[in-house]
Amino acid sequence: MKNPFENLDKALEHRIRLQIMSVLVTNDAFEFNALKEMLGVTDGNLASHIKALEREKYLTISKSFVDKKPNTKYKATERGRTAFKKHLDALEAVVKQQK
Amino acid sequence: MKEIQEYEKDLASIRTMMERSAKFISLSGLSGVLAGLYALAGAAAAYFTAHYPISPLKFRIFSIRETDTLLKLVIIASLVLGASLATGFWLSAKKAKKQGLKLWTSSSKRMLVNIAIPLVSGGLFILILLYTDHFGLAAPASLIFYGLALIQGSANTFDEIRYLGFSEIILGLVSALIPGYGLIFWSLGFGVLHIVYGTIMYNKYDK
Repeated sequence: MKNPFENLDKALEHRIRLQIMSVLVTNDAFEFNALKEMLGVTDGNLASHIKALEREKYLTISKSFVDKKPNTKYKATERGRTAFKKHLDALEAVVKQQK
Repeated sequence: MKEIQEYEKDLASIRTMMERSAKFISLSGLSGVLAGLYALAGAAAAYFTAHYPISPLKFRIFSIRETDTLLKLVIIASLVLGASLATGFWLSAKKAKKQGLKLWTSSSKRMLVNIAIPLVSGGLFILILLYTDHFGLAAPASLIFYGLALIQGSANTFDEIRYLGFSEIILGLVSALIPGYGLIFWSLGFGVLHIVYGTIMYNKYDK
């Protein structure tokens, strides 16, 4: 049998990145502050992980103003969704193999 | 490479994040039970206003056409609705705080918008029924539209809400077939069903 560990996505190994993608694949779009509350992380922490995911082209960023306040929204890309699904399958395979 | 338990934790956290972000999980089951009790109290008040002294199981012979009676019934219904909504907001806000979440999230907003569409259409339709003297269909219509609203809203919250919605619609359709017993079906739908599903949800999610 092929080693399922090979299918794990390096960019998604970090749990916070994995959680960001989990939220984005279930929702159309998600706003920075809502995401921060959902995950319970600091601004800087969230921003750095989002940057990493953006570099992989797993999400897109759209900035706008709502009531004169900056509003930043994130969306999962098709590439991000595929990667997330592949990583999820690999995780399941890894856990299954150990049982 | 991480420990195997870490991968299991990864999987668990994916599940939690997906549920938390897509579903409104602060909906209080206890508020459902209380709404049911308010509805039963309201139904009792309505019975004494429009039905008494005839047994509630006997076909109603009085008409509620008199403006005075109709006005009283509308006031009772508004009180029940107001008290249920206030309790629902209060207890759900409390539950959200306990879960470390906010009451006003993208999923709760989406749920409210989805519910509002059938609810407002139904409310207007019932007002038209009352205005055009079709009193007999007001109770069945309120059950059917409420059921539709619940099914709409259930996409963003617990599955039990979906089954509650189906039960309300079935009850409303049966009620439409058996005119004159609107109050009984109304008490079953808004009273008993709320208490039953509220208890199930309380035991499953509130504790």
